[in-house]
Amino acid sequence: MSTRSRLLVCVAVLGALHLGVACAGFFAPNDPAAQDRDHPYAPPMRLHFVDAHGGLHLRPFVYAQALRVDSFDTYEEDRAKAIPLKFFVRGALYRVLGVLPLRVHLFGFGDDLPVYLLGSDGYGRDLLSRVLFGAQVSLLAGLIGAGLTLSIGLCVGAVAGFWGGWKDEVLMRVAELFLALPWIYLLFAMRAFLPLAVPPLKAFLLVVMVIGVVGWARPARMVRGIVLSAKERDFVRAARGFGASGGYLLRRHILPETSSVLLTQAAILVPQFVLAEMTLSFLGLGVPEPMPSWGNLLASLQHYNVLVSYWWMYLPALAMVPFFVGYLVLASLLQGSTEAYKIEGAGSGV
Amino acid sequence: MRFVLRRLGHAAFLLVGVSVLAFFFSTLAPGNYFDEMRLNPQISAEQLSALRAEYQVDRPMAVRYVRWAGAVLQGDLGFSFAYDTPVAPLLWTRARNTLLLTGTATLLVWMLALPLGVWSAERLGRPVDVALSWATAVLLIIPDLALALGLLVLVVRSGWLPTGGMVSVGFDTFSVVHKLQDVALHMVLPVTVLVASALPVLLRHVRAAVAEALQAPFLRAAEGHGISRRRLLYRYVLPAAAHPLIALFGFSIGTLLSGSLLVEVVMSWPGLGPFLLEAILARDLYVVIGGVLLSTLFLVAGNFAADLLLYWADPRIRAETTGR
Repeated sequence: MSTRSRLLVCVAVLGALHLGVACAGFFAPNDPAAQDRDHPYAPPMRLHFVDAHGGLHLRPFVYAQALRVDSFDTYEEDRAKAIPLKFFVRGALYRVLGVLPLRVHLFGFGDDLPVYLLGSDGYGRDLLSRVLFGAQVSLLAGLIGAGLTLSIGLCVGAVAGFWGGWKDEVLMRVAELFLALPWIYLLFAMRAFLPLAVPPLKAFLLVVMVIGVVGWARPARMVRGIVLSAKERDFVRAARGFGASGGYLLRRHILPETSSVLLTQAAILVPQFVLAEMTLSFLGLGVPEPMPSWGNLLASLQHYNVLVSYWWMYLPALAMVPFFVGYLVLASLLQGSTEAYKIEGAGSGV
Repeated sequence: MRFVLRRLGHAAFLLVGVSVLAFFFSTLAPGNYFDEMRLNPQISAEQLSALRAEYQVDRPMAVRYVRWAGAVLQGDLGFSFAYDTPVAPLLWTRARNTLLLTGTATLLVWMLALPLGVWSAERLGRPVDVALSWATAVLLIIPDLALALGLLVLVVRSGWLPTGGMVSVGFDTFSVVHKLQDVALHMVLPVTVLVASALPVLLRHVRAAVAEALQAPFLRAAEGHGISRRRLLYRYVLPAAAHPLIALFGFSIGTLLSGSLLVEVVMSWPGLGPFLLEAILARDLYVVIGGVLLSTLFLVAGNFAADLLLYWADPRIRAETTGR
């Protein structure tokens, strides 16, 4: 396979994954916030194909779960009550991309029966639905954070590289400062000095902002290196000779040169920032309940009894693996394809 | 000597910059420790204003910074509101534990990365090298958090190793050997996670640097002289590849410091991580600033050590700075 077709496959797979997350409501069987106090910490239900009498069913089914008598967290399957899996059922209301209201779900069991394919948390909320909706929050934080970082990096790098002089000196000194610090400490320090107890949406924006501001130094240095070499090239000099202004030169001739590096950086930064969001939320400094995110879904594992007794609470940690693989492959493919026709000295600013 | 002075100046610049940055960020914060106190019905308004005056929180920013920086230079990192004692000794006991963890992890990760990297660079493209590349890719994909939690679940359920904290119950009654053994056993899990998270990046860099050095013509010549393979690798190739690797050493300290923060919280290791987290949640300002500053100090010291090593190892740098 050529690099180009590999790139296409990779982008298609990543796109499909993100589309799936964007339509989380469709794939999630339940409302992520709906609580069921009768089923705290219900283990994942098993999908059966063979019933108690040995009869084979093409349509998978589950057995209803009920708390074992005189126990508060052990469940047993009620073999008398088989619930068949149905496709395209009506269920809880959700909004696609936050606007389009819909009720149809890919699969479900109808009749508001509590069904937990990945188990439930301490409030009896469906873990599968929470992981899917949490993906929206975490990925969005990563994507917006990366966008913010790259825009700051682009502006700073362009100013430092194009106008040079004392601006370059000052900006690059500050960039060194940001590069030198261990990033979690930086994240911690910035988060420490922002308000803690805020509503979920505001907390989300704060987290995105903090993550986005922390990482700008590396892309800024890269952009600066490219701008430095690009502004000496013949076509830029020619345009300058024809009387083009600085802003026009930057916009039209120089910044387009940085696009491939920015793209590669984006593929590297998004998973890093998703991880940053997870870390903050895991530690209770990020997105708070009841809004699910991959990080705060794992937060309950800090309690010893959850860690020991309810193994399925660990499953959200694995949810990001396919995304990370996708972004890693994308980054290495992009790196390989841009190296082929990199302008001389463009990478020197790294 | 000029080189050393320049790097020392750079280190000082970083420390001052971080302290200013941390202090400025801290004033951006709405609310402080005393605002939370205002909600407490047992503390009267007069008491509160007396406290505010005592800690001088209402003075202008620049004045407070100069006072604080002057105190820091004398080893006084300020006062913890929550613990009601000076910050420095509090931080120091925690920092010692963090250093123990990251120091061990740094040592181990380099002891693994160097031979493995050389080994796989020598067999570039052969099955073992490909297998090792795949293994590092897998390690790279699994995030620290997932790895730490996963191993913790495994160990807690199996009971192979002690988990949580740094010492067992009744530590004070143990003999010296038993004490060392106990701490070492508690360290296994966090150090494993730290090593696993830092190893893939280092391994890749070592492999690339050695593979590049292996291409050099002088090596072909040395080979022609009949010098043994092992001597060739460790006396000729490794020194030639040393420059990027020593620069990487500073970077690895930063990664491990960052990683250890999270790992310490997950494994409840009594280091800077949980302490800092607590301080953030309690808005204990000087503890947070002190912790960030201390970690920067570690990092800067590590980088400075790497610079000195570079000066010693690379004659080009000596020639560049003294020849002029």
